[in-house]
Amino acid sequence: MSTPPTVVTVRDLTKRFGDFTAVDAIEFDVRQGEIFGFLGPNGSGKTTTIRMLLGLLPPTSGAATVLGIDVLKRPQDIARRVGYMSQKFSLYPDLTVDENLTFYGRTYGLQGRALARRKDEILGLIELDVQRQRMTSNLAGGWKQRLALGAAILHRPELLFLDEPTAGVDPVSRRNFWRLLYTLAEQNTTIFVTTHYMEEAEQCHRLAFIHHGRLIADGAPAEIKRERMPGLVVEIICRHPQRALAALREAGIPEVALYGERVHAAGPDLDQRLDELTDLLQQADAEPRSIKRIPPSLEDVFIANVRQTVELRNVNQ
Amino acid sequence: MTPTIVTTDLQRRFGKTVAVDHLALSVENGEIYGLIGPDGAGKTTTLRMLAAVLRPSGGSASIAGIDVVRQPERLRRLVGYMPQHFSLYGDLSVLENLTFYADIFGVRGAERRHRLDRLLHFARLEQFTARPAAHLSGGMKKKLALACALIHQPQVLLLDEPTNGVDPVSRREFWDILGELHLEGVTILVTTPYMDEAERCNQVGLMHNGRLIRQGRPEALRQLTPGQMLAVYTPDLLQAEAVIADYPGYLAHQVYGDRLHVFLDVADAAALERFLTNHDVRVQQILPDAPRLEEAFVYLMTQVSDA
Repeated sequence: MSTPPTVVTVRDLTKRFGDFTAVDAIEFDVRQGEIFGFLGPNGSGKTTTIRMLLGLLPPTSGAATVLGIDVLKRPQDIARRVGYMSQKFSLYPDLTVDENLTFYGRTYGLQGRALARRKDEILGLIELDVQRQRMTSNLAGGWKQRLALGAAILHRPELLFLDEPTAGVDPVSRRNFWRLLYTLAEQNTTIFVTTHYMEEAEQCHRLAFIHHGRLIADGAPAEIKRERMPGLVVEIICRHPQRALAALREAGIPEVALYGERVHAAGPDLDQRLDELTDLLQQADAEPRSIKRIPPSLEDVFIANVRQTVELRNVNQ
Repeated sequence: MTPTIVTTDLQRRFGKTVAVDHLALSVENGEIYGLIGPDGAGKTTTLRMLAAVLRPSGGSASIAGIDVVRQPERLRRLVGYMPQHFSLYGDLSVLENLTFYADIFGVRGAERRHRLDRLLHFARLEQFTARPAAHLSGGMKKKLALACALIHQPQVLLLDEPTNGVDPVSRREFWDILGELHLEGVTILVTTPYMDEAERCNQVGLMHNGRLIRQGRPEALRQLTPGQMLAVYTPDLLQAEAVIADYPGYLAHQVYGDRLHVFLDVADAAALERFLTNHDVRVQQILPDAPRLEEAFVYLMTQVSDA
């Protein structure tokens, strides 16, 4: 299989606001038909990057092209070619589903029969046909997201930017929403999505992690889990989780967390310290019953990498 | 010992809509209890009734023996409540917001200073006392809201989706704080759309159409998916879905991104691969995988919507 063409190219892209570097020399590519997950803590530079790629914010330095359009030279040409769905629900609550689509369709220059046909297509795709006369404010949370997605793809964009499209939506609705994203990706729409749900990030073809404006990891979810998890994660079941928690923290294990009655510990050199852990827990009278290695979740990897860069920065400063 | 939070036949109707339907919930003393369920299941309405800000249409509810309808004032002194849209004053500083809540609850003098210091430390906000709440990050706002809900040292906390829209690092920090409260013996009832958070609870209850349909420890709920799970990676997802129910020993399936999660009597990857290949499905790989709470949630919800 030949590699699909690149639709987004980012090289050395930087954005400074005064003394503050929001985006710091990042580089990545997004290929056609890919679902590309862009992850990072709040304030890490995700939205600033998206605004530059949409042509709304000029970069301080570096380069980026979106569908072959240079964001520095022709930023005004980008909006028509891409779809964008922001964190905040952007449709009119006091219009019906149908009216919202008509309104957005017209802003993209669709009219008459072409608009009617496209609306039907979209309503079928997002499965909102039976609710088309319903007031948008009366739709359940998950349906509103689907409608917002429908409005963002009315003009058949080749590339879709979704900024936390499913915040606060329940797991079943989120699965359905992602199913829709996969349908679009199969039709060769490229999807650039940010999310705080790690179970959604697992569904992306490729991920990039950004933190303090810098790219700290890039790859397929499985690759990132394999390569970017320093050490391992262990699950400890013991009689006195409270004592275990205190003893592990005392011993300087970087990640210690309570999961119900189970204790999770993670750290870069934990693989070499399993025996030591057992001794430690016994000495603390935690009465360990089992200590076992568990596969790290993407969340574990995310947190470990973010904390690692924080430490590196502290060392360098 | 009697549970700390008990509801019996609790109901709430809004016009013809039944939001909470004969709910029987019980939360043991000192537990972190996670309430999960689809949008509109009745989670928020339940919490609002327990916080005595909404009157039940029927049934009863009590916290630590105090009836939510008959003794709302006593209840409020005992309970900390953080609604989904907790209102902080954006133009007041972190310290001023906390002080304001201390005033509401009549916390004064040396005791007030002591508690403010403790909460600021607890919420990791000591360095930000002078910053206006409007200029805090999402995660810090949530921590400040939690600190405000804790100012009167409640024994019971009701938290309605407290980490919505917050990044994984801040969410984990928030839950570390809840862990500390838990170790101090505070009883916590929390709703969440994040299944990784539900994993951190002692008990999890799944609500649907105003009722509690399942309850158990997270590790027990995870086991509610049937049989054994295999993750099938294929470019022909739709075709795979169309034929999979004909596979002998098939129990259920779910689509997860570009994967098909298949639940089978016996997880024989080689046999499944042969079957799929014979049915025009190209298989990249098939791997055994352990169902998470997420898979259990999706499975249980399809069960009730099919019924």
